[in-house]
Amino acid sequence: MSRINDVGGMTGFPGVVEELDEPPFHSDWEAHVFAMNRALIGAGVYNLDEFRDAVERMPPAVYLASSYYEKWLHGIQALLVEKGVCTADELRVQQR
Amino acid sequence: MSEHHDDGPVAAQTRHVEALLEARGLLDAVELDRALEAFLAGASPAQGARVVARAWVEPEFQDRLLADGNAALEELGLSMGGGIQPQRLKVVANTETEHNVIVCTLCSCYPIALLGPSPTWYKSEAYRARVVRDPRGVLAEFGTELPEHVRITVWDASAETRYLVLPRRPAVPVSDEAELAALVTRNGLIGTAVL
Repeated sequence: MSRINDVGGMTGFPGVVEELDEPPFHSDWEAHVFAMNRALIGAGVYNLDEFRDAVERMPPAVYLASSYYEKWLHGIQALLVEKGVCTADELRVQQR
Repeated sequence: MSEHHDDGPVAAQTRHVEALLEARGLLDAVELDRALEAFLAGASPAQGARVVARAWVEPEFQDRLLADGNAALEELGLSMGGGIQPQRLKVVANTETEHNVIVCTLCSCYPIALLGPSPTWYKSEAYRARVVRDPRGVLAEFGTELPEHVRITVWDASAETRYLVLPRRPAVPVSDEAELAALVTRNGLIGTAVL
């Protein structure tokens, strides 16, 4: 069975929109998500295939509604919990 | 949908996760910034442009590049190891009758070690879904119209193998390698543009 990320050939998507003079990252947090992931893979907390899998098994509706680095942050957090680095509760930002 | 602002909830969550990992001793903020800066300095479309310009001026290098991308990169002091893990590079050459386009239908595989982070459209579901079904139509959205007799091949990248398009040399009276490199665009290296 295919997952939601397996979109090759799927119909119904709109035209491709190109952003002119696009920077490598649109904001600081994107760069930090990118760098964090590299560091965690580099430190052996998880590997690249595990990371891709964590992104690709996101709930389909959440996957499609998330920006690229939002998907990454989702994958990182899923793996941190599964690898026992921290708990889901610890990952929750304190709501005040 | 997307949250691009540094004061938004996703930014706050990112800072929270990072702080948590720092407290666990898994990350060092200073080291993280340094690594990011080094990566961005070493990986940008300018590197891909260098490779292409060399191939244009030196046919023997072009032969080696098409035969073994990774070995040819080493000749220029470049490598595919600047990413998360080293990847195989396959360079595909455009000709008068053949045009190549790269995509990663499953995610976002891209020669990142060479070109830096890919543009957002490359990672979009729209591009990934449609370029394999209707490459000509998608290229037209980039303003790239190819003659009917040109065959288009779409290369679907994987975690292990990344592709790079070797565009056709533009018909301009330029022979200097650095000046030629300046004519190479990121879209040309992906195949959504001709130069």
